[in-house]
Amino acid sequence: MRNENNIWYNIDWTTIILYLLLMLIGWINIYAAVYDESHQSIFDFTQRYGKQLIWIVSALFLATVILLIDSSFYTTFAYVIYGIVILMLIGVLFTASEVKGAKSWFSIGGFALQPSEFSKFATALALAKYLGNRSSQRMITFKDQVISAAIIALPALFILLQNDTGSTLVYTAFILVLYREGISGNILLLGFLTVIVFIVTLLFGPFSIGVMTVFLAIAFVTLTYHGLKEFFIAESAAGVLLWIASYFNLPQKYLFFTALALVMIYFFVHLFNNKLNYRKEKRWVAFIVMTVLLFITSIDYVFYNVLKDHQRTRISVLLGEEDKIKSQIKDLQMRLDTLPTTDANYTYYKQTLAEQKQSLKDLQKGALWNVKQSLIAIGSGGFSGKGFLKGTQTKFNFVPEQSTDFIFCTVGEEWGFIGTFIVIILYVMLFLRLIFLAERQRSTFSRIYGYSVASILFFHFFINIGMTIGLAPVIGIPLPFISYGGSSLWAFTILLFIFIKLDSERLFVLR
Amino acid sequence: MKHLEDRKYIIGAIFVVFALIFIIRLFYIQILSDEYAIFSEDNVVREETVYPPRGLIYDRKNKLLVYNEASYDLMVVPKQVKSIDTNAFCALLDITKDDFIERMNKAKEYSFYKPSIFEKEISAIEFASIQEKLFAYDGFFIQTRTLRKYSDSIAAHVLGYIGEVTPKTLEKDSFYTMGDYIGKSGLELQYEKLLRGKKGKRYVLVDVHNRIKGKYKNGEKDISPQAGKNLQITLDADLQKYAEKLMRKKLGSVVAIEPKTGEILTMVSSPGYNPNLLIGRAIKKNYPKLAKDSLHPLFNRAIMSLYPPGSIFKLVQSAIALQEGVITPNTGFACNKSLVGCHNHPYARNVREAVKMSCNPYYYQVFKRLIQRGENKNIFIDSRIGLAKWHDAVLKFGLGHKLGIDIPGEKSGFIPDVAFYDRWYGEKRWAFSTIYSLSIGQGEIGVVPVQMANLAVIMANRGYYYTPHFIKQIEQLDTIPQKYTFKHSTGVDAQNFEYIIEGMEAVVNEAGGTARRAKIDSITVCGKTGTAQNPHGEDHSVFIAFAPKENPQIAVAVFVENSGFGGTWAAPIASLIIEKYLTGKISNPQKEKRILEADLIPKSEHAQRK
Repeated sequence: MRNENNIWYNIDWTTIILYLLLMLIGWINIYAAVYDESHQSIFDFTQRYGKQLIWIVSALFLATVILLIDSSFYTTFAYVIYGIVILMLIGVLFTASEVKGAKSWFSIGGFALQPSEFSKFATALALAKYLGNRSSQRMITFKDQVISAAIIALPALFILLQNDTGSTLVYTAFILVLYREGISGNILLLGFLTVIVFIVTLLFGPFSIGVMTVFLAIAFVTLTYHGLKEFFIAESAAGVLLWIASYFNLPQKYLFFTALALVMIYFFVHLFNNKLNYRKEKRWVAFIVMTVLLFITSIDYVFYNVLKDHQRTRISVLLGEEDKIKSQIKDLQMRLDTLPTTDANYTYYKQTLAEQKQSLKDLQKGALWNVKQSLIAIGSGGFSGKGFLKGTQTKFNFVPEQSTDFIFCTVGEEWGFIGTFIVIILYVMLFLRLIFLAERQRSTFSRIYGYSVASILFFHFFINIGMTIGLAPVIGIPLPFISYGGSSLWAFTILLFIFIKLDSERLFVLR
Repeated sequence: MKHLEDRKYIIGAIFVVFALIFIIRLFYIQILSDEYAIFSEDNVVREETVYPPRGLIYDRKNKLLVYNEASYDLMVVPKQVKSIDTNAFCALLDITKDDFIERMNKAKEYSFYKPSIFEKEISAIEFASIQEKLFAYDGFFIQTRTLRKYSDSIAAHVLGYIGEVTPKTLEKDSFYTMGDYIGKSGLELQYEKLLRGKKGKRYVLVDVHNRIKGKYKNGEKDISPQAGKNLQITLDADLQKYAEKLMRKKLGSVVAIEPKTGEILTMVSSPGYNPNLLIGRAIKKNYPKLAKDSLHPLFNRAIMSLYPPGSIFKLVQSAIALQEGVITPNTGFACNKSLVGCHNHPYARNVREAVKMSCNPYYYQVFKRLIQRGENKNIFIDSRIGLAKWHDAVLKFGLGHKLGIDIPGEKSGFIPDVAFYDRWYGEKRWAFSTIYSLSIGQGEIGVVPVQMANLAVIMANRGYYYTPHFIKQIEQLDTIPQKYTFKHSTGVDAQNFEYIIEGMEAVVNEAGGTARRAKIDSITVCGKTGTAQNPHGEDHSVFIAFAPKENPQIAVAVFVENSGFGGTWAAPIASLIIEKYLTGKISNPQKEKRILEADLIPKSEHAQRK
């Protein structure tokens, strides 16, 4: 029986318990992160753990309010809420002052609010509303795709204008939602491949990847449609060309464009000449090779011209920039040692060496510092950790932003593998529970919203923990329910509890 | 629909796969790899050296001579200085606001992040009042250092000084690290290994700003330092002080030794310097000044200056001649001034009178008998045989070689031998007549003042000595180095010394003696004057003595440069030292006053110094 007066009726306690556990873990670790001997009371409201307690209590209050509101409110006012948040995002651009380079905080009477945190659930609502009403439930039309993309991109764009790249990237998480709703799996795969090619290119340089792609393509085409003889001839010809080019020290750029031109000629010849043993697959191979060549040529451009300095270093740090510079320094040193001081290049090498040493120093003091100290904190936790309040990395401030973005370091250092394992398992349980809940919804709206919640939380989880253990670039976004901060805790609570409310009324709604 | 719903597995799988990657990565960095644990320790654990207190030095009466005094520097890290009450702070340090601004600017110029000295060498009392209030001033802290202090400011040459270790020593001795202090001269250098102790280690936790946060593992890995050993030395601080006072405004040296033990009671080299000038930071300023002084105050004349001994060498000649039997106690020689110059005095009928009147021709004859013994018809060969025997005998008096005293820098002196003259004149090109000036302690002979004092010891002991030394007792050790308890014999019978000592007594106490000014009514002083010819100016005056005649307690050698005849200045100084040591007071204030007032530094030197 439905009991309209009991807000606790039919809600999913598993999710709520996971939510409470994560908040508790967060609070304990915030206490450890900012702990010092002079402020020991856990209820000291001048300290972050005291403030976080206030945030937690108020978040619980907020959760209750959300549960009190009828779920039809969210479906009805989805676009209105979305509109208000967009206005706030625009407003913050004009009124906010910069905090750590980003203009994303509203300040209302000594009370700071971050609209970008709230735009996530608003976007999820709007997307759910739009796709929930789409013409065909089975598939997602091109028009639907474009409009969905616009709903997602609009707040992302304003957040990007606030200079908050981290929060902008969160919106890519909606790809998972769209995937569930019917866009081609190839898009997911393509995105994945793009990231891989991007990383590999940055690691090994575009040249080697380009050469590899061309040789592989030749091998594929010759072996599939011709014979072994042709394979050897074609590969040797390519090899000789490459050798000549490197012998004459031709710039790699020319090689690329030559290869690109050859592939394009091949492509067009096969496209328009049916007489030449035309096959569809061959055309595809040529197309892929062309795309890869174009893409890897553009990576350098994107990397050096589109990305900002700090973004670039964060990516190169992740890709082992330190070792790269170190080996370059070693190389230069060796060369200098064997070179007579009278040599014409001596001063040049010496200068380069000094420059490299300086950049290594800058790197170690700057971008590398955070990643390294965070890794040290987590790595030194061992199996069972150093114990509550005994983390030296945390206590002595080696880890930056340790109560907000790097809170996972405190977990790793003081609670060890046991702690980090438990946190990850709790998150995975939450994500899988959310998928389970989403799938049992009768309404498309609720399902889409549920997947949005899971995807957003997952993206935060992936980037935040990934950066602390050196698997993702340093992007400053909070760890849901654990990181210190009122706006983010409130926003995540609203995001989650709207879904819990929707779920609790799933049996009575059919949209 | 069915088709799309299956995508939940793929999405779920993506979540699980990434979580698994994280868990594997965490398993690797937290459990498999231990490099992060090491990095983490490197980050926060800092090894600090705990310096042991350097050993103290006491005099023979247990009076503290050298000690350590804490000194406090007020340091500032400009970056950490927050808005402070400048007026109160200035009042605390008793400086003006301008001082404050100037010092802050200087500190900022040096570095914003590194500490620099704001106020140097604050005393313990000031420190107490400053320390109490310092917490209110961020960026300021106290750094403690120890300074070596020398009470009474005496015996600089003996005690030496300490200074920062040189890069060369750092390479050789791994005990030291950059900035450590090490003995540079004197006893501080000689007994460095005893005085320095053993360094300890302390492990502390530091935060990212390098601030100390506490002990590492509750200090269980700490190693406590071992304090340096305290030394008692043979010096008599009171006597040393008195001797230094007497030697003021004079160039030269005083060495007093206890004959029975070889313990050095006093060693003065004048001009000296105040040892407290060479401590702490002041050393940088004062050392070059002292090094450039034309009177060489850093130079320890007592062990480093070679002088011809002059007439005091006649004591050695007498002893050897009696022992060798070339003369008897009653051998007399006429004062034949055609052989060698002499002053007017009665005929020396025996050894006693020869010593008393210091007759030069007498010793010409004695030395001739020692060198040309008629063992070979060829006088050249004969002289070679004689000189070789004489050389061996002289060396047994502690001359011509280093005594082995326990402060560094001792010179060996020089007693010419056959090889020397062969090189100088050619083989068989020299004989007694070539080298006769040795007979009266002139010519190619060099003796350092401590050897002269040792000669007085030999006289006092009637034929033996212990290597003069300073070390009396080492803390926690029962013995002093063996070489200082080894009795060196001259090979001359004690009886033979009695005849000479009679003469030495007469030198001081009889009419016609050369050192009547050394006479003390209550004590029988035995002495011998000497005058070392100085080709560069006024002769050097020397006097050696011991007292009392029976059971001697003190042997002393006084050497005063450019002061003429030995009896005039050196003798009274020696007698004052003897009297002071034996009785503790001075019976003849007139004598003392004359010495204290005398300025015997050559006029040319005075002029040069100005």
